[in-house]
Amino acid sequence: MELLLTLVLGLLYAAGVYLILRRSMVKLLLGIMLLGNGTNLLIFLLGKLVKGQPPVMDESVSVFKDIYADPIPQALILTAIVISFGITSFAIVLLKRVYALVDSDDLDDLNTPEEEEEDL
Amino acid sequence: MIDNNILAPVFIHLFTAIIQLICWRKTVTQRVLSIGGSVLGLLVAIRLFNRVDQSGILTMNAANWDAPFGIVFVADTLSTTLVLLTSIVAVAVSMFSTVGISKKRMLYGYFPIFHFLILGLIGAFLTGDIFNLYVFFEVIIISSFVLMTLGGRKAQLEGGVKYMAMNILASTFFLTGIGIVYGLTGTLNMADLAIKIQAVDNQTLVGLTSCFFIIGFGIKSAVFPLYYWLPSSYHTPPSAVAATFGGLLTKVGIYAMLRIFSLIFIPDDFMQSLLMVMAVFTIITGSLGALIKNNIRRLFSYLIVCHIGFLVGGIAMFSTVALTGVIFYLIHDIMVKTNMFLIAGLIRQLKGTLEMNRLGGLYKEYPKISLLIAVVLFSLVGIPPLSGFWPKIFLFQEAFSQEQYIFALTLIIGSFVTLYVIAKMWARVFWRDQEEERTVNSSFDSLQPYRKVLLVLPILMLATVTLFIGLNAEYVLKIASKIAAQLIDTEPYIKAVLGNR
Repeated sequence: MELLLTLVLGLLYAAGVYLILRRSMVKLLLGIMLLGNGTNLLIFLLGKLVKGQPPVMDESVSVFKDIYADPIPQALILTAIVISFGITSFAIVLLKRVYALVDSDDLDDLNTPEEEEEDL
Repeated sequence: MIDNNILAPVFIHLFTAIIQLICWRKTVTQRVLSIGGSVLGLLVAIRLFNRVDQSGILTMNAANWDAPFGIVFVADTLSTTLVLLTSIVAVAVSMFSTVGISKKRMLYGYFPIFHFLILGLIGAFLTGDIFNLYVFFEVIIISSFVLMTLGGRKAQLEGGVKYMAMNILASTFFLTGIGIVYGLTGTLNMADLAIKIQAVDNQTLVGLTSCFFIIGFGIKSAVFPLYYWLPSSYHTPPSAVAATFGGLLTKVGIYAMLRIFSLIFIPDDFMQSLLMVMAVFTIITGSLGALIKNNIRRLFSYLIVCHIGFLVGGIAMFSTVALTGVIFYLIHDIMVKTNMFLIAGLIRQLKGTLEMNRLGGLYKEYPKISLLIAVVLFSLVGIPPLSGFWPKIFLFQEAFSQEQYIFALTLIIGSFVTLYVIAKMWARVFWRDQEEERTVNSSFDSLQPYRKVLLVLPILMLATVTLFIGLNAEYVLKIASKIAAQLIDTEPYIKAVLGNR
């Protein structure tokens, strides 16, 4: 199971980095999302995988005697997923607005010179 | 010592933001609430600073979970100093924003988001848990995304894309680092990590992990070669927003570096030379960029990068003297950089443009305001009795005693370029007569008097703080050396968090 996760992880990071290095804005966003998912899996993997041992104790014992599944990585991943959900939705809306204004998906076209505005 | 009031500044800004959300579209109420909330936050921050100064490090365990298991908030001198500075900036910027931000932006929630940003900054300074630090970083970046793009001009959105991409990437690196550290040690509490990281067998892996933090914080604090997002985005939002960003957002990266590298990954020789190389190139590229810029705000953006190099170089030397210099420079830099962008906003209001070759004659038309601005500019350059001068002594002294001659040389170059570009700006914008009759659209003279006051008062306030830092350097130096001592000897911090276990 660890080996499989490691391979998936490597694939996600590699694909993410490849997509970030492209010039397209949409691919940039997809790359960032893949990297984020890779990171979540990494936390999960490094929290040590334990099968069928929930961190719940019997009433009769006061300390854990056996190895148990660590709940903290899952809490961390849940938090990270929620955060990346919010950020990704913002990013999609932003990219859509930029695409509507610039009419291009190429990151190199994002260099409009400063225009004057009424605000400070 | 346990004290449950240390989160009060966070809650004040949280509730200010929530009440402002309830008063959606009532811009006058929001403006009053913003100034009121920021002033209240400042008073609480002053109280917190004094308490920590007198009675030592305060901690708070969230939901009463004991230290290594729950989330812990720690207020030591470094944290409270930065909370205090952030609160001062918050007061100044919220005052300036009441006039400097257009009604259109206020209607779409400028003020609540601004307070969420300040909340995130203060929370990041106060937390003692590395994952919680990540969460507060996310609060900061998501509010800054909104502030950066609010208004929806083309240049702003384009800057926003670059800013967003790099900052999400920085967070991903930071989170990856946290994941590996948790896998190595099984803890997220920074004080606990400081102990457990030394017991890890594979120290090479620890060194590699620290690289993730360097990249993550390096992008946030804009060091070479990771700073390119900053000059291409900071000139696009309104000056009040740029002031908050320029003054505080890059500095929170420096704070995180100071905290993580003093507590968890103590810099070894390789890390020190890596940071030193980054610092030297940051200073050089930042000052070269500043030399050729004609727009005042773009010039200031490059000066931010240049001066971040001073701070990173100080961290690289990692000794009490160097860190004293870093802390002193950090205190000075937050005040001055915020003020610089506010000044840019004021010049825009006075003259209707920020292009240096179209400006001129400011001194003749507004001598009092020009003199006020001169004080700030002199502090930035570091004319001896003023605040930019003192920390450089420490950095120089340490650079020579550690035989880092290249860094000493780049420090001199960086300082001279700063002097040159500021002198150039002063000569062109303030002294030179306006060459021909241009279409000067000064919207300043037509403002009502109280609005003029709201624009100038924040600059005056920050300039006073800068003067205080410069003229009362002995007191600031005492604070800075106390912080530096705490960063080198982390025993009291760890003890305060973990008790005597």
